[in-house]
Amino acid sequence: MAPIIEVRNISKQYLLGEAGGLYGNLREALMHTLAAPLRAFRKGSSASDGQKKQSEFWALKDVTLDVERGDTIAIIGSNGAGKSTLLKILSRITDPTEGHVRVRGRMASLLEVGTGFHPELTGRENIYLNGSILGMRKSEIEAKFDEILAFAGIGNFLDTPVKRYSSGMYVRLAFSIAAHLDPEILVVDEVLAVGDVAFQKKCLGKMAEACTQNRTVLFVSHNLAAVEALCNKGVVLQQGKAVFQGTSKEAIQFYLQNVSSEGVPSQSNIIDLDHAPGRLAKHRPHLKRLELFSGNNEPLVGELPVGAPVKAIITFQLQESCTSFDASIAFDTTSGQRICTAHSAYEPNRVHEEQSGEQTFVCEIPSLPLLPGEYRVGVGLDIGGYEVDWVDDAARLYVIKSDFYGTGIVPTRGTFLLQNRWALSEKKERVNA
Amino acid sequence: MTSAFELVIKPRKGWQPVDLKEIWIYRELLGFLVWRDIKIRYKQTALGGLWAILQPLIAMVIFGALFGRVAGLRGDGSPYPLFVFAGLVPWTFFANALGLAANSLVGSEQMIRKTYFPRILVPIGVICALGVDMLISLGFMGVLMGYYRWHVTISLLLIPLLIFGTVLAAAGLGLFLSALNVQYRDVKYVVPFFTQMAFFLTPVLYASSNAPAKLRALLVLNPMSGMVEGFRHALLGSAVSWALVGSSFAFAVLLFVAGLFFFRRMERTFADTI
Repeated sequence: MAPIIEVRNISKQYLLGEAGGLYGNLREALMHTLAAPLRAFRKGSSASDGQKKQSEFWALKDVTLDVERGDTIAIIGSNGAGKSTLLKILSRITDPTEGHVRVRGRMASLLEVGTGFHPELTGRENIYLNGSILGMRKSEIEAKFDEILAFAGIGNFLDTPVKRYSSGMYVRLAFSIAAHLDPEILVVDEVLAVGDVAFQKKCLGKMAEACTQNRTVLFVSHNLAAVEALCNKGVVLQQGKAVFQGTSKEAIQFYLQNVSSEGVPSQSNIIDLDHAPGRLAKHRPHLKRLELFSGNNEPLVGELPVGAPVKAIITFQLQESCTSFDASIAFDTTSGQRICTAHSAYEPNRVHEEQSGEQTFVCEIPSLPLLPGEYRVGVGLDIGGYEVDWVDDAARLYVIKSDFYGTGIVPTRGTFLLQNRWALSEKKERVNA
Repeated sequence: MTSAFELVIKPRKGWQPVDLKEIWIYRELLGFLVWRDIKIRYKQTALGGLWAILQPLIAMVIFGALFGRVAGLRGDGSPYPLFVFAGLVPWTFFANALGLAANSLVGSEQMIRKTYFPRILVPIGVICALGVDMLISLGFMGVLMGYYRWHVTISLLLIPLLIFGTVLAAAGLGLFLSALNVQYRDVKYVVPFFTQMAFFLTPVLYASSNAPAKLRALLVLNPMSGMVEGFRHALLGSAVSWALVGSSFAFAVLLFVAGLFFFRRMERTFADTI
C-alpha cells in the first residue's frame, strides 16, 4: 500500500535580511524598483548578486521521507534543525521551495493550542471557533462538546469570556479542543510544553491514546522520554537534512550520540570552566575545572544509565584565604528547569578550615535516578554564603535507560525515579470480598 | 479509515485561480469568522449594535448641517439629510470595509502562522460581517424615510444588485490592501487618507450631475460613485446616470477579479512574511 505521507526532496529556502525583501517598507521597495535601471547600468552587478547569496538560508534541504499508515513518527533535532519548517510545510502553512509531498488522508495539525482564541469570546464560543479553525465540522464539535468540557475541567466558566480565565484554565480548554481532533493523520508540534505538570501528564495520556488508535502521528518534541514512549519510528533532522531514519529508539540513540552534543564545548569528561560560555556576566571565573566520573571511576562523557553513580571533581581558585566556601553542582532539564542540586553545604561532616589558592571538592552522588533524557549540568561556587561564580550548562548528561528496578520497567513520565518498596498487606481485610 | 482523499503539496508558481471547492469545504469556518467579527465588534461598548446606525447618522447630521445649511449644497429635490444618508449607507460600509479588511490578515497573524485554511476567508469574513451593519443602517434609512414621509418606488428592487456591486468593489480593494499590508505595513497608514480623499470624489454630498465636468471624469473611474447614485435612485427615486452605474459596476468587477488574483499570488508567502 502506498505510504500515507510521501515527502519527496523537500527543500525550503528563506531569504534573510533586507536584501531578501522579506521585510522593509513600501518606500524601500519603490526606491528599489526606481533604482533598477541604474543598477543595470553599472557593470559590476555581481556584487549585489553575491550579497544576495549570503542572505539565503535553507531551512530544509532535500528531505525525503515515507510515513506508513499507523506509524507514530517522532521528528527530533536541535533548535533550528528544520523541525518546525517541516511541520509547517506538511500543514500547508508555507509552501516548500522545491519538492513535493503527497498526503493520502485527512490531516490535522497542531502547531499550537488555542489558535484563534478570542479573549472577548466565552469558553463555549471559543470551542466552536477554535474547533472550526482546526478543521472540525460543527456537527463534530457538537458531538464532542461534553467530552471537551469534561477534559478541560473549566466547570462553571463555560459562559465566561476567556480573558477572565486563569492561564491554566485557558491552556486546558485550548488543549482539550485539540485533543478531540479525530483526523487520520495528526501532526503535533511541541504543544505539551504548556500548562501545569498534572495537565501535561493528562495530555501525554491522551496523546498515547491517539497513538494506539492506529492513527498516523507525526510528533515533534524535545521530551525524549515521551518520544520513546509514544513513537515507533524516528527521524533525526540536522541543519535541514534528514540524517537518520529508523525506530524511535535508534533515532534517539543517534541523536544523543551525534547531534545533540553540537555546540557543547567539551567532549571530554574534564571540562574547562575558565572560559565557559555559560558564566553570568557579573561573575569572575573562580571555577577552573569540572571532572565527571561514573561508577568505577570511569570518565563520564555524555551517556549515563539511569540511577548510576556520579562523581564530580570541582576545582576552583580562592583569591583570598577564607573558611566559608562551598561548591555545588546542579542538574537542569534542557528547558532550564532545575531538578536537583548537590551542595557541599549539605555535607554534615564538612570541615571549615582557612584555605586559599587552588582548591578541589570531590562530590559523590551514589545514584542519579533521573528519567532518560538530556540534562544540563551547572556548577557554582559560594564564598561566605554568597554566590561568586556560576557556570550554566557546563556539561550535558544524556541519561539512558537501564534496569533501575530490576524488573526492566522504567517509568516514562515524571523527572526522577523513586526508590520504593511494595508488599501486599498481611491483614485479612479482604475476607469480606 | 481509508479515504480517497489525496493532497499534493508543492511549490506554487505564478498566478493561481481561486479554489472554490476548497472555500466550500471551509464554509463553516467562514461562518464562524463572520459570527466572531459581529460578536466582537461592539463588545464592551455601551451602545453595542446601535453604532451601526450612529456612524452614518452622525455623519449625516454633520454633513447635512455643514454642507446643506452652511455651504448651501442641495441634493436633487429630496430632503438633504435623506439625500446624504442614502449615499452614506453604501459609503460607510465601503470605507469601514477597506479599513478593517486591510488590517484583517495582520490582525490574524497567529492563525496564519499556526494553521492552514484558505487565507481569503479572513478579509472576506470581515467584509461579510460589515454587511450586517449595512443592512441595519439600510433599515434605519427606512425609518428616516418614514419620518420624512418619502415614498419608495419600484426601483427599490435594485437594492440587492447594488449591495452586490458595493461588496464586490469593497472586496476587490480590500483583498488587495490586506495582502499588501502583510508585506508593507505602510498600508495601514495610507488607507484612512485614501478613504477620506475618496469620500469627496464620490457623489455622497452632491449629485454627480451637479459636479463640475473635470470632477465628473474622475467619478467615472470611481467604482463607488455609481453605487452611491444607484442607492439613491433605488431608495429615493433620484435621477441617475446609468452610464455611471454601468461603468462603476464594470470597474467593481475588474477590481474584484484583480484583487482575487493579486491575493492568491501573495498568499503563499503570508506565513513567512507576516
